Amino acid sequence: MAGTIAIKNGYVYDPLNDINGEMMDIFIQDGKVVTELSGAGMKDVKEIDAKGKTVMPGGVDSHSHVAGAKVNVGRMMRPEDHYKHYQKKTPLTHSGCGYSVPSVYLGGYEYSKMGYTTVFEAAVPPMEARHTHEEMRSTPMLDMGGYLVLGNNWFLMRYFKEGDLDKAAAYISWMMRTHKTYGIKCVNPAGVENWGWGENVGALDQENIHFEITPEDIIKSLTELNEKLGIPMPVHLHANNLGHPGCWEITRDSLKIPKNVRAKPNTDVEWAETKKNAKRHESVYLTHCQFNAFGGTSWRDFESGVKGITDYVNSVDHVVMDSGCVPFGDATVMTGDGPAIHDLYMLTGHKWSNTDVECECGSGVLPFEYLKGNPVHSVQWAMGLEVLLYVKDAWKSIMTTDSPNGGPFTKYPQVIAWLMSNKARQDTIEECHKWAQDRSGIGGETREMDLFEIATITRANPARTIGMSYRKGTLGIGADGDVAIYDIDPKSLEVNDYESIIRGFENAAYTIKAGEVVSQMGEIVAIPEKNTFYSDIAVDDEAEQSMLKDVKKWFKYYTLGFERYPTPDKYLANPTPIQVNAEK
Amino acid sequence: MADVTLKPIGNFDLTVEAEVVTPDNFAGKSADEIGKLLVWQGPAEYPLSDYFSVEGNGGSSAEDTTIIVDGDIPRVKRIGQEMTAGKVLIKGSAGMHMGSAMSGGEIIIEGDADSWVGMEMSGGSIHIKGNTKDHLGSAYRGSWKGMTGGRITVDGDAVSQVGGGLSGGEIIIGGSVKHFCGIRISSGLIYVKGNAFRTVGAEMTGGTIVIGGCIERFTPGFTLEDVESDLKFGDIECPGEYKKFTGDYAIPQKGKGTMYVSCDSNECL
Repeated sequence: MAGTIAIKNGYVYDPLNDINGEMMDIFIQDGKVVTELSGAGMKDVKEIDAKGKTVMPGGVDSHSHVAGAKVNVGRMMRPEDHYKHYQKKTPLTHSGCGYSVPSVYLGGYEYSKMGYTTVFEAAVPPMEARHTHEEMRSTPMLDMGGYLVLGNNWFLMRYFKEGDLDKAAAYISWMMRTHKTYGIKCVNPAGVENWGWGENVGALDQENIHFEITPEDIIKSLTELNEKLGIPMPVHLHANNLGHPGCWEITRDSLKIPKNVRAKPNTDVEWAETKKNAKRHESVYLTHCQFNAFGGTSWRDFESGVKGITDYVNSVDHVVMDSGCVPFGDATVMTGDGPAIHDLYMLTGHKWSNTDVECECGSGVLPFEYLKGNPVHSVQWAMGLEVLLYVKDAWKSIMTTDSPNGGPFTKYPQVIAWLMSNKARQDTIEECHKWAQDRSGIGGETREMDLFEIATITRANPARTIGMSYRKGTLGIGADGDVAIYDIDPKSLEVNDYESIIRGFENAAYTIKAGEVVSQMGEIVAIPEKNTFYSDIAVDDEAEQSMLKDVKKWFKYYTLGFERYPTPDKYLANPTPIQVNAEK
Repeated sequence: MADVTLKPIGNFDLTVEAEVVTPDNFAGKSADEIGKLLVWQGPAEYPLSDYFSVEGNGGSSAEDTTIIVDGDIPRVKRIGQEMTAGKVLIKGSAGMHMGSAMSGGEIIIEGDADSWVGMEMSGGSIHIKGNTKDHLGSAYRGSWKGMTGGRITVDGDAVSQVGGGLSGGEIIIGGSVKHFCGIRISSGLIYVKGNAFRTVGAEMTGGTIVIGGCIERFTPGFTLEDVESDLKFGDIECPGEYKKFTGDYAIPQKGKGTMYVSCDSNECL
């Protein structure tokens, strides 16, 4: 139930409104932030004393893997991830288990405890959309949405090859609506398709088998169509050659491809009041930069290649990226990049799973443990932090662990501590393999982020990047009443005592969703309603009809009938279409 | 040294989860207090005294406490789970998960033990005078790391998955084993004095397996290196002549494990 709440005297951080630790009051009525409470609202107002506490918009995770087929494979293949980490049911909450791949219920609760209210699943294979939505529907506490994997879609690649971009546009908009998804995800363009034949691609101009199109073609076409259609977020790009020493160069070159594509998100929504322009201007959103930024030529001379990418990102305005930090410990690597998982299997000998999602995409899953004593892992840890620290403008970066690839999202407080405290980093370098010091620049980096920057990279910027800042990631008038109150007093915060930062961000004093207190000091106190967002793109009817004729013919290659393909509304919790206007 | 004697008095129609029965938990408690400790049976918790009569008080610390179970308890699980010191003596047969994840102390079982004894243990010792079943000293399902330290001695036979994922410590079997003995081990020692059936040392990446008897079906992926006799690993002696193999070459982490197989019983290898 949307409540009426007054949050009094907290230190507020709202980067989209340039509010940097000012002591002020926040009022929420009918689930939205308002200027002040009117007469009727005053009656049953719940007042929260936030004196000496940090108040931020509810956390927004624009890149996490929490629902869908490969997450579920991760759960099934990892009983050992579940038996030691569990939570009993309470009168209000479900039981749950799992550390790096928690069950859907537990995942929702744990995000909420950290003050997060919005999480987007970063990879939805079209054919698995129903399953993904079922799991998102069962994930409590969070507003959600998913990105549709389109980078190696046979049907799309054929249109690209034929140069029929109008039909390709019609196809993308139809797919978004059909599968109730929000944005475009592109994983190892052209390479995942080759993986069906045991191959990969190694260069941006290398044509793939059968379709004879290159990663460059795919990135170029997808980013152009993304803007032509007016999709709220930029193309979410997982670059080629990921996880191979030296891959930073191909990543940087991939980012150059959409340099001249002008961002034109075009949604029919009401915008919350913000001082800063809350609309994105980037045409590409690089995912988990750390995994894309390996330097050297082999594992022997492996080193951080982050600087090559961040130098480029600092010099241009069309790129935003998330970090993919590695906080050490257990993780489960899961990605749409099948060949990358196979390489990891060859390296580790761990159990692994690989799937080809028919004519659409692929994926792989493998358990992983990042160790401080391992030379490569210790450099990866340094690289994840470098990504965030080297990017000068916090509006170009987003903090993630690519959960659960670099580590589970429950490690975010630890990552924040490393970003805010040089001492925390130095202490960890001491415990790490010496490569962390020798093969990255982390030892010499003294930047310490403040709470304003942390608020930028964990809520304001993720929301802005994916076009959700009209209601998320800000406390401007008209925004959703999603608030996280942390027991951190900015006036007496001592960053050298980084344990206090971890403690503060681990359990929000209050997590408020749409004006309702949903969790309090690590305890779930209410299960809120949730929304599922997707892009409803209006396009030319004629193009859609002729495209659909092709699709229906094409369906003879699918193992399911055309009628069974779409995801009906009932699979979604409160389906919330966002009207998107394509360029005519 | 203080002895606490538990005498089974029945009510084991459903198995009982008795992970509270450890010297760590009994230390500093009187017989009365010990009887009030709760154990799970099915969906509910009941006091320990519903299943055992308790005599004697716990010692001042876990080290000073000995728990003696005077009778057969094949339907009681998890005794000695996560214990760090002290002694448990079972004068009969025991149920599953005895001494799982224990890190110190000693467990002696005079009869047989069920499956999962010493799962993922990291220290201490377990001695089973009878036979045991599957997953002795192994990893939890799906996990890569089994026992990491300590010693398990079985006078009789074990069945399958002995020391699965072993990453340290020693397992000595007086009798024979069946399938997947030492699967995926990376370190440590498994010494089977009797026979093994098949898949010995499959996917091993390190560690040592010694089979004193005959292997019915030898695992492909191993290559013969040498012949050695009268092996010695610390205080463990393996008399006789052995063929030394390395493997498992069937997986990417090639052949860092060692398997010794008795020459006398395996002439065809």
